[in-house]
Amino acid sequence: MDCIENRILMGNEAIGRGLVEAGCTLATSYPGTPASEVLESVVAFARETGAPVHTEWSVNEKVAYEVALANSYAGKRSSVAMKQVGLNVASDPFMRSAYLGVVGGLVVVVADDPGPHSSQTEQDSRFFSLFAHIPVFDPSTPAEAKDMVERAFSLSEEYELPVMLRPTTRVCHARQNVICRAPRRLSRKASFEKNPARWVATPRYLTKLHGLLNEKVEAIARDKSFLPTRIAGDGSFARRCIIASGVAYANVHDLLREMGVLGRIDCYKVNLPYPLNRDFIETIDQQYDTVMVFEETYPTIECQLAARGVRGRRTKDVPNCGELTPDIIDEVLRKFLGLSPTAKTEPAAPGVRPTLCPGCPHRAAFFAIRETFPDGIFPSDIGCYTLGMNFGAVDTCHCMGACISQGAGFYHAYSADGGAFPTVVVTIGDSTFFHAGIPALVNAVFSGARIIVVILDNGTTAMTGSQPTPQVGIRADGSRGRRVFIADLVSASGVSFLRRCDPYDMETFRHHLIEADGYIRSNDGGVAVIIAEHPCILDRDSMKNQTFYEMTVEDSCVGCRICINTFECPGLVFDEGTKKAVIADGVCIGCGVCSTACPVGAISADSRSESI
Amino acid sequence: MNQQIIISGLGGQGILFLTKLLAQAAMDSGNDVITSETHGMAMRGGTVVSHVKIGSFLSPLIRTGQADMGFFLTAGSFEIHRAFLREGAPAVINTPRTDGPFAIDAAAIAREAGARMATNLVLLGFAVKRDLPFCTVSIMREAIGRLSPSRHRQMNIEGFERGLNYEGGAS
Ligand code: SF4
Ligand code: SF4
Repeated sequence: MDCIENRILMGNEAIGRGLVEAGCTLATSYPGTPASEVLESVVAFARETGAPVHTEWSVNEKVAYEVALANSYAGKRSSVAMKQVGLNVASDPFMRSAYLGVVGGLVVVVADDPGPHSSQTEQDSRFFSLFAHIPVFDPSTPAEAKDMVERAFSLSEEYELPVMLRPTTRVCHARQNVICRAPRRLSRKASFEKNPARWVATPRYLTKLHGLLNEKVEAIARDKSFLPTRIAGDGSFARRCIIASGVAYANVHDLLREMGVLGRIDCYKVNLPYPLNRDFIETIDQQYDTVMVFEETYPTIECQLAARGVRGRRTKDVPNCGELTPDIIDEVLRKFLGLSPTAKTEPAAPGVRPTLCPGCPHRAAFFAIRETFPDGIFPSDIGCYTLGMNFGAVDTCHCMGACISQGAGFYHAYSADGGAFPTVVVTIGDSTFFHAGIPALVNAVFSGARIIVVILDNGTTAMTGSQPTPQVGIRADGSRGRRVFIADLVSASGVSFLRRCDPYDMETFRHHLIEADGYIRSNDGGVAVIIAEHPCILDRDSMKNQTFYEMTVEDSCVGCRICINTFECPGLVFDEGTKKAVIADGVCIGCGVCSTACPVGAISADSRSESI
Repeated sequence: MNQQIIISGLGGQGILFLTKLLAQAAMDSGNDVITSETHGMAMRGGTVVSHVKIGSFLSPLIRTGQADMGFFLTAGSFEIHRAFLREGAPAVINTPRTDGPFAIDAAAIAREAGARMATNLVLLGFAVKRDLPFCTVSIMREAIGRLSPSRHRQMNIEGFERGLNYEGGAS
């Protein structure tokens, strides 16, 4: 039965659907924009079609990669999905998996974020694939991303190599009508064939494996089925051509048509940027004098081309950083084709900066930290709580889990000078703590750092769409798992000062902070941990148990704007007429916390039973 | 049929849902469609924008000055993203100051109807009634019924109908 259906799918859903249709039996991931919806879609489509797939939110990308790798050793189709910086975390198993290879197909979905819109770098994972000698597909649209999943699996199985599928934000979060089919049932039984020379591969085997890897890559580069496709020109632009891949190709295509030049200049589309097809490299070298390459984000294709007339990001004919938006490509294309430039229109103005949601428990925690330690140093981390920057309570944000180690580093820097050291208050989310915070905490404790670590435990990975953590006890597919408690992990890391409280109760939270500061400065002090526990207000179930209040700003408001500028809850706005703060109806959720933030006690809270 | 639509507002105003509805309606009316939307940090109350391209496009992004119409969930979003509109393209704006040709106090209408969260649907109904987006009333009504989560379905339909029946404003 092959029922075919046209559906609107987001790029990540199309990839998830493709994985299920291709008979993938295990899919792992760690959430991160723009990749998060891939695993969620695998769960949804596996349920819908009844396809048997083990799905998991692993604690980090390295773990996710290794779980998928072993499923593939056992002969089954496997996948792992992550955002581009997740591959930095998974790079250790990733690099070696090229040497040792796989058995069942392994598709590594790495979502890049040119721009970047939601990331700490705009690195190009295709460069990483070149570094690792792992082939990479570069889809232009959701529909194409879905088709490439099956191609990636067959390539992976043909050469026993992991294969990367590298969508970018504009593919991940595009929606398109996509053809869906019934999933393949491969019905393979797990069978791991022991082979120590390969799976244990001590150094003496590795030179040989490296040689073998080079041969595989060479063979793929000669495979005619990966020749770039071409929209042929009519000779109007002789010995000139355009090469593009990914979303840059989609933009080039739409722009050429808009300019009436589609079909007048040779335009190549590269689907497999690494290894770039050898015949293609030769054709470009021999048949063209000038070549313009559009790709995101680094010059991966450009660097593999031999011809002298190649221009692109390396030669700065295309800007060498940032997203290639239609406006940017339009300008470069017109110059390249000798067309008159488009009349300049003013670009979109900068928008409103994001802020924590009304009623967010992090706001209360940050406000209290900032107030208690006006001279503190505040390393923080990645998640919604990075927005603590708006409150002056986040001084650094580097990469997952770095805050605890950086906190320790700050302590050592100051304490080495002798005398008083500043209070270092680290903030880290619950999911980030599981991801990379645990080794950092063990290290801080053992190396004798004296810092306060506040774990902002809101019971979810809120920023990326509320995926559960191991402490919540709910797995990716909704089933129950054995819960792993943060407090237990903290104690087991050798921390002897541990407090837990609800940051909504700002008095108690402040009290714990002061107590913790005393502890880190005491003779046998070390790392103090406070777990600030309050569910994310986007969690509907938890909200059922929360008390909500009817909020009013009384006449006694002195118009100092502390609640608006420092506490920064969108639920409060300033009335320029009365020169007083007012509650914004329909925005305020009635959490009641601002009543403790107002220095003159002008905000009152009356309890009511129902949430809005 | 080719049409490019821009949708702009703040995180939490239902921009994503409008994007999904337009995409579904496009497919249901027999067109190809590709859209782009904002995710991640900006969804926390920051400025978000969606692009909807109906017809034979490959790229999900609209170039400056190329959108055939726009939905703006706040007057401020119109100021920020008006540059996407082609000259003279209709801009459907939710604003208390209903002075433009397609300006409507959709938030107030939604509140009156007890469908405060359906401001986006009021705006949509208003635009569909005036034949601004490509699709018919019945196709959009069906898309709303199909894509709304059950606990919001009634509210969404109510919002859409209020927008359809709104008499004010020029057209
Ligand atoms: S409510 Fe309180 S904090 Fe806000 S402006 Fe008035 S006096 Fe200042
Ligand atoms: S009660 Fe105060 S802090 Fe809470 S959401 Fe309303 S305005 Fe914001």
